[in-house]
Amino acid sequence: MDFIAAHDLDEALAAKAHQPDALLLAGGTDLMVEINLAHHRPSSVLSLRRVEELQELTAGRIGAGVTWARLERNGHRGLAQAARTVGSPQIRAAGTIGGNVATASPAGDGLPWIIAAEASIEVQSKERGIRTIPWNEFFVGVKRTSLAADEIITAVVVPEDVPIAQEFAKVGARNAMVISTVSCVVIRGDDGFRVALGSVATTPMRATRAEEMINAESTISDSVLDEFAHIVSEEVRPITDHRSTEGYRRHAAGVLARRLVERSLR
Amino acid sequence: MNVTINVNGEDRVLDVTGHESLLSVLRNDLELPGTKDACEQGECGSCTVVFDGEAVCSCLVMAADADGSSVTTVEGVSADGELHPVQEAMLAKGAVQCGFCTPGIVVAGSHFLETNPHPSEPEIREALSGNICRCTGYGAILRAFETVTGEGS
Ligand SMILES: Cc1cc2nc3c(=O)[nH]c(=O)nc-3n(C[C@H](O)[C@H](O)[C@H](O)COP(=O)(O)OP(=O)(O)OC[C@H]3O[C@@H](n4cnc5c(N)ncnc54)[C@H](O)[C@@H]3O)c2cc1C
Ligand code: FES
Ligand code: FES
Repeated sequence: MDFIAAHDLDEALAAKAHQPDALLLAGGTDLMVEINLAHHRPSSVLSLRRVEELQELTAGRIGAGVTWARLERNGHRGLAQAARTVGSPQIRAAGTIGGNVATASPAGDGLPWIIAAEASIEVQSKERGIRTIPWNEFFVGVKRTSLAADEIITAVVVPEDVPIAQEFAKVGARNAMVISTVSCVVIRGDDGFRVALGSVATTPMRATRAEEMINAESTISDSVLDEFAHIVSEEVRPITDHRSTEGYRRHAAGVLARRLVERSLR
Repeated sequence: MNVTINVNGEDRVLDVTGHESLLSVLRNDLELPGTKDACEQGECGSCTVVFDGEAVCSCLVMAADADGSSVTTVEGVSADGELHPVQEAMLAKGAVQCGFCTPGIVVAGSHFLETNPHPSEPEIREALSGNICRCTGYGAILRAFETVTGEGS
């Protein structure tokens, strides 16, 4: 195996341009599982752990190398809540948002927040420089993104006006160390509610029909919430797998979204 | 490739050729079998080490990527043959049965107490949530940690 430890972003981009098939390694919490299970034996690996430029964490910019442990303490409210539910302290100390975004699992706990915040994914290559990909163009399928082979994810770019009323919750078999059966983020701003869900479609999704319905209401009564939850349940596109059934996921999506709307109003 | 890792205060030089984990080189090349190998998927915590100041699963660290880092294993937690207070308390409270989870719990727990010496019970539970124990039901482990933090007796 060829192993390259990049020390700065230029070095990482040059190495990726030279060897586009080199597998990027950040916290290793997704990649090493694959390698240990022998699903993956990459012939070359490019480590990003030492790249300072990926460590930046401000309100407007979350470097790809920022760990869940840091987001738990210093992230936007909804993302910090999501970070707290990722794996265990050991996983949060190593795992990064960049790795979560690149893996693009339907169950990735950082992803509903990204699409609710309408953040962009900033990627870079030596050849084409920076591309800033809008949230709704980055995730294209189960574990598929619009990242090109010679590119590296450098940051999640957060709009300045992201509302502060944000709530995250997920449903899983237990509290710690659990992959989401359904996850949900609600962000409430002047323009109304934004509702994003994970584990209920091939990519993280916005519940646009439910958003339109609730945002047309002037008061959020119980009957409005009932109908809202019902539309969320209808609108998601979950499957039955080893973790849960389609029917349960539809039900849980509606319950979670409704609960988070209520929480965001408190 | 040659990799230098400072393990328990001593620089160790290794030849790493493949995708092996830090866990694997600790146990097989450096003959430090205290760090346990159970799942190799980050699920059980029995392989926990302190890696550049953070408690992580050593099964998820690629050994090649550990070059230049410093690692503390359970063998390094007890200095000069003196048991760490966490180890003393676990013995006293009967928190060790088969012992397989114990090294991971000692490393994760002692590291946690360095940053948070007086945690609440929920905080202790949370700190140990990445360490699975199949034997004790966790009660004795919690009681052991409460004696170290001054909450228990
Ligand atoms: C026990 C356990 C529990 C877990 N629990 C959760 C959970 O609750 N919720 C959750 O969402 N996830 C969970 N995960 C999955 C994983 O921890 C997260 O997805 C994590 O964010 C991955 O980040 P990483 O830095 O470890 O990625 P790595 O494993 O280093 O990389 C993952 C993938 O991303 C690519 N990559 C990494 N960085 C970049 C970059 N900058 N640019 C482009 N590509 C990049 C890699 O090439 C690789 O394909 C869990 C994993 C384990 C082992
Ligand atoms: S062996 Fe590493 S977490 Fe189980
Ligand atoms: S004492 Fe046996 S697994 Fe914990």
